[in-house]
Amino acid sequence: MKLFKKIASFVLASGVFFCSSTFADTVKIAFIEPLSGPYAASGSQGLAQFKFVAEDQINKKGGVLGGKNFEIIGFDNKLSAKEAVIQVEVAIDQGIRFIAQGNSSGIANAITDHVKKHNKRNPDKRVLFINYSAVDPALTNDKCNFWHFRFDANADNKMDAITDVIAGQPDIKKMYLIGQDYSFGKAVAAAAEKYLAEKTSVEIVGNELHPISKVQDFTPYARKIMASGADAVITGNWGADMLNLGKSLTEAGYKGPIYCYYCFGVGITSVFGEKGVGMLKAVGEGFHNPAPSDEFRQFHKRFKAKYPDNDFDQPRVINALSMLALAIDKAGTADDVVAVAKALEGMTFDSKLLNTKVYMRPQDHQAIQNLHIGDHSADVEFDMDNSGYGMKIFKTVEMASMDSPTTCKMKRP
Amino acid sequence: MDLFVINFLDGLIYGLLLFMLSSGLTLIFSMMGVLNLAHSAFFMLGAYFAYQISLYLGFWVGLLVAPPIVTVLGALVERYGLRQVHQYGHVPELIFTFGLYFVIEELVQYIWGKNFVEYRAPESLDFVAFTLAGGSIQAYKVFMLLCSVAIFLGLYYVLARTRVGMIIQASLSYPKTVESLGHNVPLVFMGVFGVGTGLAGVAGVIAGPTLQTYPGMAFALGSIVFVCVVVGGLGSLFGAFVASLIIGWMKTFAAAYNVGAAEILMYFGFEYPDNVYYHPWRDLWTLTLPQIGPLLPYLLLVLILIFRPYGLFGRRDA
Repeated sequence: MKLFKKIASFVLASGVFFCSSTFADTVKIAFIEPLSGPYAASGSQGLAQFKFVAEDQINKKGGVLGGKNFEIIGFDNKLSAKEAVIQVEVAIDQGIRFIAQGNSSGIANAITDHVKKHNKRNPDKRVLFINYSAVDPALTNDKCNFWHFRFDANADNKMDAITDVIAGQPDIKKMYLIGQDYSFGKAVAAAAEKYLAEKTSVEIVGNELHPISKVQDFTPYARKIMASGADAVITGNWGADMLNLGKSLTEAGYKGPIYCYYCFGVGITSVFGEKGVGMLKAVGEGFHNPAPSDEFRQFHKRFKAKYPDNDFDQPRVINALSMLALAIDKAGTADDVVAVAKALEGMTFDSKLLNTKVYMRPQDHQAIQNLHIGDHSADVEFDMDNSGYGMKIFKTVEMASMDSPTTCKMKRP
Repeated sequence: MDLFVINFLDGLIYGLLLFMLSSGLTLIFSMMGVLNLAHSAFFMLGAYFAYQISLYLGFWVGLLVAPPIVTVLGALVERYGLRQVHQYGHVPELIFTFGLYFVIEELVQYIWGKNFVEYRAPESLDFVAFTLAGGSIQAYKVFMLLCSVAIFLGLYYVLARTRVGMIIQASLSYPKTVESLGHNVPLVFMGVFGVGTGLAGVAGVIAGPTLQTYPGMAFALGSIVFVCVVVGGLGSLFGAFVASLIIGWMKTFAAAYNVGAAEILMYFGFEYPDNVYYHPWRDLWTLTLPQIGPLLPYLLLVLILIFRPYGLFGRRDA
């Protein structure tokens, strides 16, 4: 009987212990993206990647701070800046210290403003903003703050890489710039104008912004681009605006290249299929053909086994979560985000998985990494949309824009 | 001039596509007096059904089979949904269709996922029909154009020249009298609702490959269709036809010509500011026609509602 009591109390105690270690003692990260409605595709793809990387790369390797797991919690911002700020508040109320967001620079701008204000008013409940995808240069320039870290290359860095490639193509003489009419589209156009003038003698024959997700039929735009005699097009369009623009161009008889930021994944690769070959040229940090490492092959296989319908198209998620984990371990705390942020600044992360280095520049919190230009191609090991087509690396710019200037004047607490 | 002609054709194709959507909507409104807010959701269903069928049996079978499925679905919605709600008046009917829109949108995402799906034009129509001013027009676009014209003529013939059309028109104005003559008016209602949603389904089948098939497609076209119907006059088939064409051309030409506000202001004697980016009226000076293009149909809607509230071809009492 005594023995039974002993065992019972042991089981109870360990039960309580395990409960607290699995439920209360996780490092929570709020993932705030559109998870419903017409723009849910990008949000839900991102969430799958976050959850998988947290589990596969952090928790299975022992977590942080000697055994704490990362827990990704999805919040639906309905692609509205107002809703996103409300969700940030909800997350903070639940005691979450890390906010991840990336789809739409407009929303990222709203979140970074809100986080800055919140951290000033509530020094005991400060949070960090992990921006894994919003690429408006302002976020690490005029609007930079200590709490914001960007793990994707910004629109300027990417344009720097695109124009490096264009400079090596003497048959491109006339360029047409087209984009969505909001902060990101404007940033792409401004960067293209600047870098094309600096590096090439390419003439810009058109530079225009169209209303975002309001144009259903891009045929008139395609006709205009054809009539301008452009040899190549640069666009920052995403989603339906990207797909419709590209399809209208092929249908109108356009044969030149389209340099783009987001012309792959979420079904775009599969709809273009054979027609995109030789046409779509995307810039990004995350193309895996040829495969970066054997380890990545295994990782990708595990991801596909769990999410057969999704692509692993944002490897920066690996960088973001791994670097955050390293910073938390280095700071020895997941609650004092000032210490975590200071550990993250200036960190160089050597990823064996992606066979690349990532450097978090301390002066503006912009991650510096290799950028690739990828060709839409069938000759790939890892396809997208399970379509047989994917992005094949055509040129790599090592540690792109390492010395690019920034107007950021970081105020540190 | 050649560019004008090609834009004219593009606008015509887009306008006729809008007509395929608005014809069903206006037909349903003239019958039941209720705006079917779920109309564009049936458009999306048409595209997805055709996509699913085309995976196994090809595009042409999809074109033939998907619209009847949507028609039957529409008829079922009328019989077991709308007819039950009808007794409570028009507002509950409106709210019913509003809710239905979201249910269908979520169902589509649940079944087919949130990404774009690979629904393509048939290979037999995947060639350039003709080239004009350096721009090519795909054979599929010509096929779209012919389809919509055929639908317009077919509908017009049925409504104006056949016995069925006579009964439909009669039950529109005098349902009680038609009923006492021995016709089954609720059946007529069910049929019209089914055919109306079926027309949206056809539009979806045909537009899916060019405007892309994804869960946002209903939202993208939803509101513009209401503009067509209201501008044309609620319940007027011919009105919907004219309004769809006007709006198709309006959007195409607005996107095609980069007329800037600066040119117009300078024409009226205003001076172009030295540094426009720091000018207080910067937004006005840098405005161009393509930027406000998608707004123009709604501007037209407002003007029509002010000066001709019953629409271009609507009857005053409608």
